[in-house]
Amino acid sequence: MMTLEFAVAAALFAGVLFYAVLGGADFGSGFHDLTAGGSRRGAPLRTLIDHSIGPVWEANHVWLIYVLVMWWTGFPESFAAAMTTLYVPLVLALVGIVLRGASFAFRKYSETLWQARLFGIVFATSSVLAPFFLGTIAGALASGRVPAGGNGDPWSSWLAPTPLFAGAISVGTCAFLAGTFLTADAARGGQVALAARLRVRSLVVGVVTGAVVFAALIPIEHDAPTLWEGLMSRAAPVMALSALGGIGTLVLLWTGRFGPARLTAVVAVAAVMAGWGVGQYPWVLVDQVTITEGAGARATMQGLLVAVGIAAVIVAPALAYLFYLTQSPRWNQAAQGSGAEQPGRAMY
Amino acid sequence: MDATQLLAQATDAATSPLASVLAAADPAGLMPARQQMALSLGWHILLACFGVAFPAIIFVMHLRGIRKKDPVALDLAKRWGKVSAVLFAIGAVSGTVLSFEMGLLWPGLMGTYGDVLGLPFAFEGLAFFLEAIFLGIYLYGWGKMPPKLHLLMVLPMAITGVVGTYCVLTVNAWMNSPVGFNVVDGEIVDVRPWAVLFNPHALMQFGHMWVGAYMVAGFSIAAVYAVGMLKGRRDRHHRLGFMVPFAFATIAALAQPFVGHFLGDGLAERQPSKLAAFELAETTDEGPSPLRIGGVYIDGEVKGALDIPYLGSIIAMSSFTEPVPGLDQIPDEDEPPVTMTHLAFQSMIGIGLLLMAAVALFWFLRWRKYDLLKNRLFLRFMAVSGVLAMVALEAGWIATEVGRQPWIVYGVMRTTEAAADHSGALWGVYGASVLLYGGMTLGAIVVLRSMARRWREGAADLPSPYGPRSRIADQAVEVRDCADEKDSTGQKADEQDSAGSKEAAK
Repeated sequence: MMTLEFAVAAALFAGVLFYAVLGGADFGSGFHDLTAGGSRRGAPLRTLIDHSIGPVWEANHVWLIYVLVMWWTGFPESFAAAMTTLYVPLVLALVGIVLRGASFAFRKYSETLWQARLFGIVFATSSVLAPFFLGTIAGALASGRVPAGGNGDPWSSWLAPTPLFAGAISVGTCAFLAGTFLTADAARGGQVALAARLRVRSLVVGVVTGAVVFAALIPIEHDAPTLWEGLMSRAAPVMALSALGGIGTLVLLWTGRFGPARLTAVVAVAAVMAGWGVGQYPWVLVDQVTITEGAGARATMQGLLVAVGIAAVIVAPALAYLFYLTQSPRWNQAAQGSGAEQPGRAMY
Repeated sequence: MDATQLLAQATDAATSPLASVLAAADPAGLMPARQQMALSLGWHILLACFGVAFPAIIFVMHLRGIRKKDPVALDLAKRWGKVSAVLFAIGAVSGTVLSFEMGLLWPGLMGTYGDVLGLPFAFEGLAFFLEAIFLGIYLYGWGKMPPKLHLLMVLPMAITGVVGTYCVLTVNAWMNSPVGFNVVDGEIVDVRPWAVLFNPHALMQFGHMWVGAYMVAGFSIAAVYAVGMLKGRRDRHHRLGFMVPFAFATIAALAQPFVGHFLGDGLAERQPSKLAAFELAETTDEGPSPLRIGGVYIDGEVKGALDIPYLGSIIAMSSFTEPVPGLDQIPDEDEPPVTMTHLAFQSMIGIGLLLMAAVALFWFLRWRKYDLLKNRLFLRFMAVSGVLAMVALEAGWIATEVGRQPWIVYGVMRTTEAAADHSGALWGVYGASVLLYGGMTLGAIVVLRSMARRWREGAADLPSPYGPRSRIADQAVEVRDCADEKDSTGQKADEQDSAGSKEAAK
């Protein structure tokens, strides 16, 4: 099992997991931004979102690039097949990604309220659309709708039960992750009322997302039999872990332990993604191309593992340092200190 | 034949009469795919220049601020950091577009050669990762880290700019001069990805682009302060803001013609069709070829060019006798669109030489104790130097990319084979992209200009108003918590800022 191709596929999928969790939390912030209410009511939450994802979103975004590069280099033909089939959701996801990043940066420095509103709406809406379409792409791959030769039907390949459920689950998990992260951030910043508001949101989003995940299992049985088989056998423990993580998060949120809730939320989302990966193993394109069949040249696969090794040595510590800094008291003290004097913070 | 095909033909015909003949055989998706790639790559490359070169420029300014305890320099470094935050954000997303487009537009290339050309992209991804990480640390680290450690956070970005540029240029160099695989019975075998990463042509192409990035960023930033000086803002802030990027641009502009020349060395063997198009050599001369300035290529004949004898051979072939191999040695179906390649190539060279002359003149006169910054004409030229450097960079890319046609991988794969089977519906996507990129350009300009205006008015922090503005009038405090932007020396600036918001509220 531990072949070269498998190692590259595992490294690729690890990128998918990181993107789902870290990038997902950033996208999910957009959901909360979108539903934060009018400019006065939503101001504290939007400020918190800016503060939370500002330093990290670009780094988290790079996981997507990592996934694409690993895919086209490691499994080039399946990449081309997916691209020629799923171009509609790909283009739509791409538009969302572009608008999210650009308008988030623009909003931070906008001068007037109407500018901030305009960029804010674009940021928030595209933050919801991008994960939806990325989810449909995952669902299309998992339900075997991408033919090995590519050029599959541009519409029926993703406008189908499994892809659409995957899109919805993707939006839900993003919002759930972001909700728990933001709740913890608000609580740590001493913004009690905001934390309370976010706690309720996260609970609701968590329950709804969990329900959607299990509802999705109903159509998957017929719509994606190969995936279903995997989910019910190999991936069953992973899916159970996800359910445990989700329930644990809800309990922790309910009882106000927001710090640990972040961990269980990550476990829940990472496990649901891992469940998908384990469930569709050994297929790259389900029912069409396996990991071994789809692999590129050996020398290239080895080269990719070298690159991954270097990343583990260089990028991982740097990334850890960034997260350490953003979570450190010193980086949050300043925000907290001046926040206390601000009427915007005390309003709600 | 549908309308899009006609349109594709019309566009092709504008560039080359030969291409219009071939267009009938082109897939309908080819032309929109080309336009799409040209738009997104041409847009991204300008922002990539800032991603590559801006960190080093900021580093020098920030270092000066710390070393000499110079508040003006610190202030400039901090503002540039914020500008780079906007530019890097749209640079990152427009780069992502390209990653998608590699597969969406050129599945034939990626499916066949993905594992040949992919490894450099993996290393480029690493570099981009580090750049994004340290950008986050640097931007949000003001006032929250020890100053010297904070300054050091810029350095990785300058280094990853080198690595990232090298890796991307490696792939382009490979497309021009493919190595690292064999083709046996139509199958790609014996793939050697490290040979692609270290292909012999990559280093020179990298050098040319890297120096070009410093020209674009250096002249563009200097241009902003040249405009300020033209408007009578002749303080130290503007002088310093001009001089540091200008110094970078100077080194780059002086080096670039030489780097470019060495890059062209051996082009006659590597890509004779590109060289013939660059030089507008319709036939192979008996003796030394002239340098053809301007001119167009119509029906196999050169029209309207100014010939300077011998110079073509001297520059292109490094020889007084050897002619430039002409288009007569290239099969018709392998010719690139000649006129566009030639004019783009010469525009790049013309602008490059002009910028080189301008910086040389500046430093020569400075040595002779005359300050050209007092000269309005020079300042006016500097005000457009950023745009000129951008045009030169784009022209260079048009020259090398169009000059490689009809190949996507020179001599191995035609662009038609790489394009997707999409219909002319791709034109719709292209239209949407024009709107999207237009919107992003507009958004960036509006936001950057408003940042500059508020800085001029004395605001140190730039809070984004999330609440109704009236609240500011009531309380004279920003609604937006922007503590993450305040630096330790921000006391005075804070006072100015609240004074500013009071004024604004009135």
